[in-house]
Amino acid sequence: MKQAGFDESPCPGYPSAMSDKFDVIVIGGGHAGTEAAAAAARSGARSALVTQAFSTVGAMSCNPAIGGLGKGHLVREIDALDGIMAVAADLGGIQFRVLNRKKGPAVRGPRAQADRKLYRKAVQNLLKSQANLEVVEGEAADIELQAGKVQAVILGDGRRLTAGAVVITTGTFLRGVIHIGEVTIPAGRVGEAPSVGLAKTLESLGLRMGRLKTGTPPRLDGKTIDFAGLEAQDGDEPPEPFSTLHEAVHTVQVRCHITRTTQCTHALIAANLHVAPMYSGQITSHGPRYCPSIEDKVVRFGERNGHQIFLEPEGLDDDTIYPNGISTSLPEHVQREMVASIPGLEKARIVRPGYAIEYDYVDPRELKPTLEVKAVGGLFLAGQINGTTGYEEAAAQGLIAGMNAARIAGGGEGLTIGRGDGYVGVLIDDLTTRGVSEPYRMFTSRAEYRLSLRADNADQRLTPFGIKAGLVGERRASAFAGRMDLLERARALTKGLSVTPNEAEAHGIHLNHDGVRRTAFELLARPDVGLGDLARVWPELRSVDRFASDQIETEAKYAVYLERQDADIESLRRDDAVEISTELDYRAIAGLSNELRDKLAAVRPGTLGQAGRVEGMTPAAMALLLAETRKRSGRRAA
Amino acid sequence: MGSLDRTVHPYLVANPSGTKLGVHMSGDTIFALSSGAPPAGVAVVRISGSGVRFGLETLVDSVTEPRRATLRSIRGGDGEVIDRALVLFFPGPASFTGEDVAELHIHGGRAVVAAVLSALGALHGFRAAEAGEFTRQAFANQRVDLTQVEGLADLVAAETDTQRRQALRQADGALGRLYEGWREQLIRARALIEAELDFPEEDDIPGSASVQAWDTVTALEKEIVNHIADRRGERLRDGAEVVILGAPNAGKSSLLNAIARRDVAIVTPEPGTTRDLIEVRLDLAGLPVTLVDTAGLREAEGEIEREGIRRARERAGIADVVLWLVDATASDIAPPPLPGALRVATKIDLIDSAAERRRVAALFDVCVSSVTGEGVNDLLRRLAERMAADVPPVETPLITRSRHRTALLGCMEAIRSAIGGVADPVELRAEELRRASDALGRVTGRIDVEDLLDVIFREFCIGK
Repeated sequence: MKQAGFDESPCPGYPSAMSDKFDVIVIGGGHAGTEAAAAAARSGARSALVTQAFSTVGAMSCNPAIGGLGKGHLVREIDALDGIMAVAADLGGIQFRVLNRKKGPAVRGPRAQADRKLYRKAVQNLLKSQANLEVVEGEAADIELQAGKVQAVILGDGRRLTAGAVVITTGTFLRGVIHIGEVTIPAGRVGEAPSVGLAKTLESLGLRMGRLKTGTPPRLDGKTIDFAGLEAQDGDEPPEPFSTLHEAVHTVQVRCHITRTTQCTHALIAANLHVAPMYSGQITSHGPRYCPSIEDKVVRFGERNGHQIFLEPEGLDDDTIYPNGISTSLPEHVQREMVASIPGLEKARIVRPGYAIEYDYVDPRELKPTLEVKAVGGLFLAGQINGTTGYEEAAAQGLIAGMNAARIAGGGEGLTIGRGDGYVGVLIDDLTTRGVSEPYRMFTSRAEYRLSLRADNADQRLTPFGIKAGLVGERRASAFAGRMDLLERARALTKGLSVTPNEAEAHGIHLNHDGVRRTAFELLARPDVGLGDLARVWPELRSVDRFASDQIETEAKYAVYLERQDADIESLRRDDAVEISTELDYRAIAGLSNELRDKLAAVRPGTLGQAGRVEGMTPAAMALLLAETRKRSGRRAA
Repeated sequence: MGSLDRTVHPYLVANPSGTKLGVHMSGDTIFALSSGAPPAGVAVVRISGSGVRFGLETLVDSVTEPRRATLRSIRGGDGEVIDRALVLFFPGPASFTGEDVAELHIHGGRAVVAAVLSALGALHGFRAAEAGEFTRQAFANQRVDLTQVEGLADLVAAETDTQRRQALRQADGALGRLYEGWREQLIRARALIEAELDFPEEDDIPGSASVQAWDTVTALEKEIVNHIADRRGERLRDGAEVVILGAPNAGKSSLLNAIARRDVAIVTPEPGTTRDLIEVRLDLAGLPVTLVDTAGLREAEGEIEREGIRRARERAGIADVVLWLVDATASDIAPPPLPGALRVATKIDLIDSAAERRRVAALFDVCVSSVTGEGVNDLLRRLAERMAADVPPVETPLITRSRHRTALLGCMEAIRSAIGGVADPVELRAEELRRASDALGRVTGRIDVEDLLDVIFREFCIGK
């Protein structure tokens, strides 16, 4: 990667050799932007990442953690497509835990606390070593269009960079406003200027936009916290890495602590609601219900005797603590009193106050499932700008947008991943079909094919797609082939070995004495039988790789359900493969109710599958849309 | 196949919430009565999907020779013969829908049709088709051409209209409330379980959140079982609706009483006594009919009466037939407020002059007297005619019933698997409940993940 404008010594000029012509330009260096830039470059496009300062690329502006339920699934999917988040999280992770470890594999979510600096460094290094990628420091001020197509990005200093496709990933920077008590500061993040020019550009395109809100807690100085009386939480031993490219995690592992708010905390907050922007009327936009501020928690659940707070370390050589659970926009002096009312934090010093931030987002129903803006050829949006929250949701969109930007810039067609194939597909389909009313976060309950879409089989589901799409490098492709080989052999082995009930009995496995032979795979379907038990019958099973044996056990235990879901997914794929015109005049289609017409007009579904997911849709109305589409294409052909 | 899905009866979805109708795509095998409403000489039941061969093996012993009519006995789950039928099997892709298709030509009595539909509904992976679903499938597989789809617009319109009426009616009715209650119970139970799965780090969600969920679904399963066994309620939800409109004292309540032959409405000479809606249910030429008496239409002064009139107009808007009653002795004869209403002159016994009677008869569809009973039978005959002609080509009550029954059975079975799977990991039991809510959603309106999240975020303080 060539670096422009951020050499060791800050240099005012730009190398004249530096090109101003790109296939893909990505605006923004957050989690969506970095994945988008890397994915476009991996796809072979000459790509540029435009960011205000390379030093902030890969920054975690909220909590220092990656993964969780649904989110961990997304990280594994990003890894399956050879993205960077999982790899960086392994390099920066300082406490790994698989959530729901006691529950079944479909609802286990890998999660890691990350050292901010190590994570950021890892992301920056991955970008630096990425071929086809340049970083351009500067502010993107405007997008130049011609005949409804993207032409160039205009920077704040007047530079003009041409591109076949542009990905905007500006996070909370679009007309961002920070609230701390009654103080409001226009900013995208603390200390960083908001993006106003781009917001106007998007507005001038006629895109439906709205405003959302999110928040962050005060940061504490860990040296001033008394951890002695607090509950400690350790990570898994050994830690399980996110990326299938990593055998193990090599960073030092640390513990987290848990404390709780008290009745005093609640009383204090209740007494200061009139200066809380969320309650004084200063903020009117919607925040996420699953990530409420401490003000919200006290107002809505004040009767609880306390709310837990996870004290998350921000880094190995950094004493800053992120108190997860007390996001707030109360005035700074109230924040100080509040923190002091919490056990262990009596003397804690606030390094930086918490704040709420309001920002513009674009109604994601303005996008195709490829994340290209319907109305503007070559313009893609990814991340928080589409109304989502979370690093993982942003990164997943970035990867898809970057891949498709490269394809469109190269004159090809965009690709999508279906709801039956990945959480990435669920995420993008939810956004583009249903829009958002609060910042969108992934949950496993959003995936109707949850049993099939597991964190442990993301590579099986998506790496073949990634290889075909040209996203996956050789190293991963060959590692994947190796894993699949192990798995295939284990499958063949367990399906080839069989016993009679009597033989099984001899090894302590009790079956109905019906004389029917059962394969090792069939025996694994029983809740009380594991591969370890079967190794008593067939010692050759001891040689099965741990990864493969976990997979086989899951496949066997879920077998009946997976078969059923496979049939449903197959039918979903058929519908998703049938295109319908996005340019239909729904008002002119006889028979549709006005309500349905409005909903269709807001979504403009591009496939039969997507149409079917529009609220109020019936099979007959779907056939009608299809008929109208065929009529149109018939006319055009004539 | 000129009429296409006109022959497939639209799915009447009770949708009390008014929002969440939806199309659930799946690999299910679908079936529907594709001939007219029973009773009839012969009824044709069509089946399409990957399960057709399995269905034939189960119901008629084996898969019959392709494209050849074969006489077979249809057996229900208990092995008892339901009917002798002509069976036709069309292997995909050379079939109407492009998938495997079978047709069962059975005797067209209501009981036979109901039994065959319920036997199909009991098969694993089988469900009643939604309106237009065969055509959609056929069209997607390029098995029908554009001209054949033209008729769909009418179907969609009729379906929308019927759904709206059905939904509005049920939203009001006891059955609507019952279904809505079930929907809420299932949502709540699932929310508790999903909360435990999706928010393991939250101390506000006890690790045992799902325990109370199982009590709820166990109770729900019992309620559904009882409901399926109890057929008394069915008549209430089925059939056409006739609304009686007219100026105050036009004789609406008297006519209702004359028809019902019992005092359901307060009959008094004071105008404006009937402030609310009063319903009588009767059987008209085999079709169940709900007769609704309304408050008189005029500029009302009282608050209650105004409300009564608002309801009257609203109800008339969703009725299958409106009777517009006018006092034959009144000085001016107002035109009906709704086009297509059946014009009825009342109190005809008070008119003696034959010339005057002829004049009135020319202005009205029917002349009646609630006192002497004159013309009441004529009115009922006209009503039956009108209903046969006017009621849009919608599902018969029988089909509604069979659909509801299939969906409720599916829901019940999935709940049973979930409850029975105590040894299974909780995500598998949660999957059974997801299937249960898909099935219930076919009756009550789609149950969406947002419904679950609403409950979770309302009841628990989430926010690590």
